[in-house]
Amino acid sequence: MGKLFGVVVALIAIVSAYPIVAHWYVQPIDISTHGHAIDEQLADTMAEAGLSFLAAQLLLGFFVWRFSQRKPGAKVWNIPGGATLMVAAAFILVGTEILALGVLGQKAWANVYFTPPKPDAMQIQAQAGQFAFYFRYPGVDGKFGPLHPDKIDEGNSNFFGLDPANDVESRDDIVSAELDVPVNHEIQLLMHAKDVGHSFYVRELRIQQDFVPGLDLAVHFTPTQTGKYEIVCTQLCGLGHYNMKAYLNVLSQEDFEKWMKQKISEQ
Amino acid sequence: MEQTLPQPAHLHAPPEGFLRKYVFSLDHKVIGKQYYGLALVAVFTGMILSWLMRFHLVWPNAKVPGLDLLSKTGAPGGVITPEYYLSLLTMHGTLMVFFVLTNAPFAGFGNFFLPIQIGAEDMAFPRFNMMSFWTTAAAFVVLVLAFFIPDGPPISGWTAYAPLSAVGSDAGPGLGWGQNLWAISIGLFCIGQLLGSLNFIATTLDLRTKGMTLMRMPICTWAWFITSCIGLLAFAVLLPACLLLILDRMAGTSFFIPSGLVVSDRLQNHAGGSPLLWQHLFWFFGHPEVYIAILPAMGIVSHVLVTSMRKPLLSAKVIIYSMISIGFLSYMVWGHHMFVSGMNPFSSLLFSFPTLTITIPATILTLIWLGSLYGANIRITAASLFALGFISMFVSGGVSGFFLAQPSIDIYLHATYFVVGHFHMVMGVAAIFGILSGTYFWFPKMFGRMMNESLGKLHFWFTFIGTYCIFMPFHYLGLVGNVRRYASFVDDFMPALMPVHRFVTIAALITGAAQFIFLYNLIYSRFRGKIASANPWDGTSLEWSIPSPPPWNNFGDKHPVIYHDPHQYGVRGSKGDFVMQDSPEQIVTG
Repeated sequence: MGKLFGVVVALIAIVSAYPIVAHWYVQPIDISTHGHAIDEQLADTMAEAGLSFLAAQLLLGFFVWRFSQRKPGAKVWNIPGGATLMVAAAFILVGTEILALGVLGQKAWANVYFTPPKPDAMQIQAQAGQFAFYFRYPGVDGKFGPLHPDKIDEGNSNFFGLDPANDVESRDDIVSAELDVPVNHEIQLLMHAKDVGHSFYVRELRIQQDFVPGLDLAVHFTPTQTGKYEIVCTQLCGLGHYNMKAYLNVLSQEDFEKWMKQKISEQ
Repeated sequence: MEQTLPQPAHLHAPPEGFLRKYVFSLDHKVIGKQYYGLALVAVFTGMILSWLMRFHLVWPNAKVPGLDLLSKTGAPGGVITPEYYLSLLTMHGTLMVFFVLTNAPFAGFGNFFLPIQIGAEDMAFPRFNMMSFWTTAAAFVVLVLAFFIPDGPPISGWTAYAPLSAVGSDAGPGLGWGQNLWAISIGLFCIGQLLGSLNFIATTLDLRTKGMTLMRMPICTWAWFITSCIGLLAFAVLLPACLLLILDRMAGTSFFIPSGLVVSDRLQNHAGGSPLLWQHLFWFFGHPEVYIAILPAMGIVSHVLVTSMRKPLLSAKVIIYSMISIGFLSYMVWGHHMFVSGMNPFSSLLFSFPTLTITIPATILTLIWLGSLYGANIRITAASLFALGFISMFVSGGVSGFFLAQPSIDIYLHATYFVVGHFHMVMGVAAIFGILSGTYFWFPKMFGRMMNESLGKLHFWFTFIGTYCIFMPFHYLGLVGNVRRYASFVDDFMPALMPVHRFVTIAALITGAAQFIFLYNLIYSRFRGKIASANPWDGTSLEWSIPSPPPWNNFGDKHPVIYHDPHQYGVRGSKGDFVMQDSPEQIVTG
């Protein structure tokens, strides 16, 4: 049965690796300026982790095939090099991987989090609540009016808790259920949670960031391709979690301006 | 380093009466079996919950006969609602992580075998030991009670992230009394584990018999010892976290709830708390918990392997030092669960580095196991198959950790099925393989009867191939961005992945069904199995030097004296190719 184990482990390793090697399952297109660094990092990791996976499984399979159920009392022996070789191999193999991926690969992380947004980045506020996203644009004055949680009234479409009667800056704020942005323009998303934790995930943007109640965070990105992309919530937020989504519409500059004009006229 | 108590006095008298013998027993062996039994009930319950979840994901409108009897609101007419799906998910995770992966390999086997393997008559504090089991049992009852209250079980996941878990029933079903029961249950569980960990540490340090130096302890004893050290620190943080959560929920405090939250149109009367505080406290426990589950499995697997290979492992010392470094590093990595949580991005880099570094001792362990197989004479039994399967699973689950340890890649893979595949393989299935290996190996000692080997091997093949069929596709789903914890896939993107989900569900139903072969084998062998000899596997450690099952005081009135380390295989001994630890004979190699 040791031989069978050897064969099965080898088969499992090969069958598991095949869909990856054949590129059956790859991430969707990347529409961000920072995403290629993440994708490269993912591909490098896949190569290194994949090789380690295959090597370990095939060795396991081979050793069990070769060294199981020999004659009772058959002579046993140790691998040349012994434990010292194993420890050295682990330090060299994994140490190199850590250096290659861990240290050099921090660039991809830095692209997202340590590069500050450009001064002309467009600021949009995103609010997550059970179980919908809303987006707020500062309007013509370029300023967001303050939020008053006690004024939130979903029945009257006051999703953010604005008080235009008293706050001048809120009067021209534009609220939308979809995130419309111009292509090739940097966007800074100011994230606000209304009730519990949520998350903002757009696969094509290679962005995932939690909304944390009480902690207003920001992410920035530059979409590079027009189109309609799904925004989903990835932080368990209650019974409607699976259904909490919105759309990111990346528009040409022209279309975006048209959209904005229309929104202003609707006010 | 030498043993400290050469002639331990009788720690307690022989048990008398049914209650003292079987229920409120002070005997570590009975308590070990009780923990194992509790884990068995929990694992089958947890598995059935996972069946229901997988079933609902691919056949969302199908009726589950009888489920409406359990919950009229959660499953009206037998159809699972999205919120009940989340209840199942929460209870599955909580049962499996706490009541299975912590109970069976550590508290179950550890209780039964640690004292015997060091030559002690019982644990250092038998009464504490009984208390820790019954506190754990109470925790289990409190948790399961959530199924039977009108509110239903909580829906906030086994991680119970605040403020969803903290603001009460405004946030959704199950978040009223369901969540209260969860927090009380986990608090009780922590108390049980803290008592247990103290007991393990005291026993290992103080009750070793003559000649049992620390380095002569079997590797699994070391694993339980290291695990108890980790547990003492980890549960000591989760317990106050649960207390604070209970205070937020019941006493109006705001440890985890900031101001200005509007939940279900109601402005919450809280101010000043931090949801990230819960995450830090939870994961400060949560990551070491992974090692609380896997280290005992590593110990058991090393123990089974060395007996099955008929030769020593390349270096027991290196294995022990690697396990100690894993335990130490496990406290520096918790932030890798929080890369996208809004934590300072510099912290992410700091947490990433030790996470990648922990791969070094893990790789050393794997290479020592692999390298030791070279030149061996492996006896293939159900126990050794599961031990070898453990290595395969540990490698598969380990390599995917390399992706998630890198914050940049985690931006994309966080909260996808890739993560689900990773942790199920490395801490779920691998640890379960350790438990199963230990069960087939030690059953004869625990119950005095052999398990059926053919059924055991059949169980192995179903489980080994089945778990790969379930969890490998999770990685592919994650790579394309399939989000986890969704009750159904109503978005634009994921319905295309349904064929993969269907495959996984069918694999889960078959693999789960195969576990009943194990259950049958367990129950049948308990009463009808072949009578076991004292040492059916030709082992060297102390548990094999006493009758199967051991008498109430383990070694009779004798106190074993230890002459060797437990790795004397492939030598010329009087009984065959091994020399037992308590045998005074000289070792002749070759």
